[in-house]
Amino acid sequence: MNPVPDIYRILPEVILTLTGVAVMLIDATLPPGMSRRYLGFVAAIGATIAIWASVWQLSLPEGTGFFGTVETSNFTVFFHVLICGIVLVALLLSLDTLPQDSHHQGEFYALIVFGAVGMCLMTSAIELLLVFIALEISSISTYILAGYRKHVARGPEAALKYFLLGSFATAFLLYGIALIFGATGTTEIYKIAHAVPGAQNQILVVASLALILVGILFKVSAAPFHVWTPDVYEGAPTPVVALLSTAPKAAAFALLIRVVYEVFPTLRSLWSPLLWGVAVLSMFVGNLAALRQQNVKRMMAYSSIAHAGYLIAAFAGAPEIGIPAAAFYTAAYAAMNVGIFAIITLVSGYDENLPLIDDYRGLLYRSPFLGSMLIFFLVSLIGIPFTGGFFGKFYSFTSAVSGGAIALALIGLLNSGIAAAYYLRLVLTAAQRPESDAVVAPSSRVGVTALAALAFTAAATLMLGIVPNAVLRAAQSGAQTLQAPVPEPTANPGAATATPGQPPIQ
Amino acid sequence: MTIDQSILTLILLVPLAGAVLIALVPDKAKLPNWIALLTALATFGLTLHLPAHFVTGQSGFQFEFTRLWIENPAINYHVGVDGLSLWLVVLVGLLGPIGVLASWNTIKTRRKIYYSLFLVQQTAMYGVFISLDLMLYYGFWELSLVPMVILIAMYGRKDGPKAALKFFLFTFIPSAPLLVAILWLYSKTGSFDFSYVQVYIASGALPATALWWAALAFVVAFAVKVPMFPLHGWLADTFNEAPVAMAMVVAGKLGLYSMLRFHAGLFPAQALALAPVLMVLALIGIIYGACLALVQRDFFRLLAFGAVSHFSLVILAIYGLTLNGWNGAVYQILNLSIVEAAMFVLLGALESRYKTSQIESFGGLAARLPRTATYFVLASLAMIGLPLLSGFIGEFVILSSTFTGVSRSAAIIAAVGIILSAAYVLWLIQRLFYGPESSMAISKTASDLSFGELAALTPLVILMLVMGVAPSLWFNTIQSAPRPPRNTSFGFTVERVATIFKVSGSSGKEAQR
Repeated sequence: MNPVPDIYRILPEVILTLTGVAVMLIDATLPPGMSRRYLGFVAAIGATIAIWASVWQLSLPEGTGFFGTVETSNFTVFFHVLICGIVLVALLLSLDTLPQDSHHQGEFYALIVFGAVGMCLMTSAIELLLVFIALEISSISTYILAGYRKHVARGPEAALKYFLLGSFATAFLLYGIALIFGATGTTEIYKIAHAVPGAQNQILVVASLALILVGILFKVSAAPFHVWTPDVYEGAPTPVVALLSTAPKAAAFALLIRVVYEVFPTLRSLWSPLLWGVAVLSMFVGNLAALRQQNVKRMMAYSSIAHAGYLIAAFAGAPEIGIPAAAFYTAAYAAMNVGIFAIITLVSGYDENLPLIDDYRGLLYRSPFLGSMLIFFLVSLIGIPFTGGFFGKFYSFTSAVSGGAIALALIGLLNSGIAAAYYLRLVLTAAQRPESDAVVAPSSRVGVTALAALAFTAAATLMLGIVPNAVLRAAQSGAQTLQAPVPEPTANPGAATATPGQPPIQ
Repeated sequence: MTIDQSILTLILLVPLAGAVLIALVPDKAKLPNWIALLTALATFGLTLHLPAHFVTGQSGFQFEFTRLWIENPAINYHVGVDGLSLWLVVLVGLLGPIGVLASWNTIKTRRKIYYSLFLVQQTAMYGVFISLDLMLYYGFWELSLVPMVILIAMYGRKDGPKAALKFFLFTFIPSAPLLVAILWLYSKTGSFDFSYVQVYIASGALPATALWWAALAFVVAFAVKVPMFPLHGWLADTFNEAPVAMAMVVAGKLGLYSMLRFHAGLFPAQALALAPVLMVLALIGIIYGACLALVQRDFFRLLAFGAVSHFSLVILAIYGLTLNGWNGAVYQILNLSIVEAAMFVLLGALESRYKTSQIESFGGLAARLPRTATYFVLASLAMIGLPLLSGFIGEFVILSSTFTGVSRSAAIIAAVGIILSAAYVLWLIQRLFYGPESSMAISKTASDLSFGELAALTPLVILMLVMGVAPSLWFNTIQSAPRPPRNTSFGFTVERVATIFKVSGSSGKEAQR
């Protein structure tokens, strides 16, 4: 078998990078007065080709490239397609809603694409320093994007908060990487996994696990590392929030799975209860705080904290069956959350004239289309059957139950009850008859690309709720390609590549 | 795939297709109304295929169809009907066009959303009655909440969103333990299939304590949905706020059917053990609901508490766990749904004309609205169980089976409830239609029942009469429903009711067999 050229291993990242560079170059060469809107299409085309490239990677034999720093497997392809899909939808949404006269439109699209490069690389990197670089690539783009509404005070505030806290969290991650290098003498994930049981200084290993977890849990905005979320979501432009609340989280979650499951399998007795606690705390903090919000974006921010909790709950109970459940949940959550932020963008506009829940009163009467779509996505977030949200929660709690964490499942279900209350509050406000015409009507014009973004997310949400088999199979085969945890040191090393826990599907 | 296999799937898909079509057409010239009416009529026509080709006297499910839906965990699209659900499916079909007609003139804004959601609601209810896979059933059970909540919030009379929130939280929260119980059953039995799980539980292989909790989770979720005393807090507000066509389907049959099929049917031993408690609660509900109905000032609220009382009688019959009791219960669910639908159409007509539901504002309407008065009296008499009308058969079978097979004192208390129901219903008639004309009745001129309302009411009233004189038409098939755990027979049987009221109607199906 011919060795696969290294470049094929990072083909989607290469395509995205070239797209971003192209966008910036074209932006620079265009005359100043010309509309930069079409650069968005260039970026969208690049994202589409990147999706295609990721799928094409499935035809490659699984393996690593660039001296064992990146790998392609079903697992990486799953998350690549997910992240590039989110980026594509976010681009389509921005195309319609970004104000035409705003400065630096070209940079906006380029930054989104560059961010995607980092996120994709996070899922395929199997060397901790590369992981760190990927995380920085994605973070720096999102820091800038979060502050894109420079004319509103909240914009730069959000960006600054996100940047300061984010850098702090990344520093934790870097310390963790340094410590594990000190303990094992390597930064390659699979080598660390083999070296950890024999490491001289176990305290160093434990400290490194804790520090790395802090860095990653910050990125998925799990409690108690969640404080930045509401402020950043409120200040950032809504199309960016659609991206921010899903794609980096999906990438960080893939990383979390890798780190705890592949790097520290022997410390499971340590991280399993830790994640358990983080899951419970995130669910309660997110849902209880969301109950009291008046601003829709802040409410959704707290809701995203709670969803991080559900996600970790899937994984904390029983990693072997939890990984496909969590991967599926990430996809379902991405579909409905991007959808709901698309609606929020279209209703309140880029400048957010209508930020409060009360402003949504009578949306179903004023704009039946947007109102119905809003309610559809909220129904999915509540977790009503025949939507993606239901199967997401269903698999998450099923894996918790079968992993023996019945308490976690019950807490999760209790939390979906609480969550239903605030989602429903928005549903009912939107369904209520408007009191008068005094409320500003949303711009009834929904452009073609925004419509495409909505159709894409709605179709995905519905598909995941009615015919989820294909995505589920992809999630399962992805989970199976993860390297098994190292068995007890005495066991036969050949068993290390066996599939963990569950029997193969075929 | 034969028609017998695909008929239930068609019944599910036709309303859904209608809903999508309504969402796509422009909202002009009552186009949504017509599409909804035609869709509902077509689906009703499809449901009539079921009793026409149902093989009576054969136990087990008919018109079955199974197909793998979700691979892991294995959830099947498994549908089928038996004597228990057969007529309930037809009932949903019948109430479809009637609901559209009842909304014809009252829903004036956002008709596309209204009728789309109305048809989605139809699909969800069909789904509940025909699902034979626990997860599929749970899916439809939850789905049935959504259109209801949105429509209550949109078209509420005064404070729709509050009533909708109350309804949703009341019914959604108990469904979480229901889901956990279903998942637990799956983790123990490895299947969501109703019949498989039923046999598995009957084999006694599951731990008794956990099974107890599971059974409890099931029955609480159903009791809220019925609703049953003391979980009826949402009903009065919902009846008050919901659009007529929604209010007539929100309570009763879904929960009662689920009790029969998924509580008493799945957990017979636990149902038997819990039966005394549930029967006592049912008895309290009968008297309590009737007493509260007596003192209501608002006729929708009166109807709500009357419904609590009537549904409690059905629960009494279900947890008497006798064969005749179950037959009577199924018959009474059909009867109550039809009577309540008629009452809602009539009271909704009054409310939309006079813009109030306060009973004291009315009086002496019989002379001004003679047709309304006639239909109202007929429906009321069916509700209180006058012989030769549908209510009598159900109540009689339930009371007699309770008296002979379960508990004499329970039957006596339940009979008191029936007397009370006669009191509040007849008093309502008197206050609305007779006596001196109220100032409002004089000052506001209102038209009598419109063509649409008559078209909705007439089939219902005819059915009340037919069900009152020819119950064997229904009992023939109801009797092939599953048997209750306390399967005893006494001197008095349904066959004798059937012979008393014997008409030629039943012979057709006998011959076919």
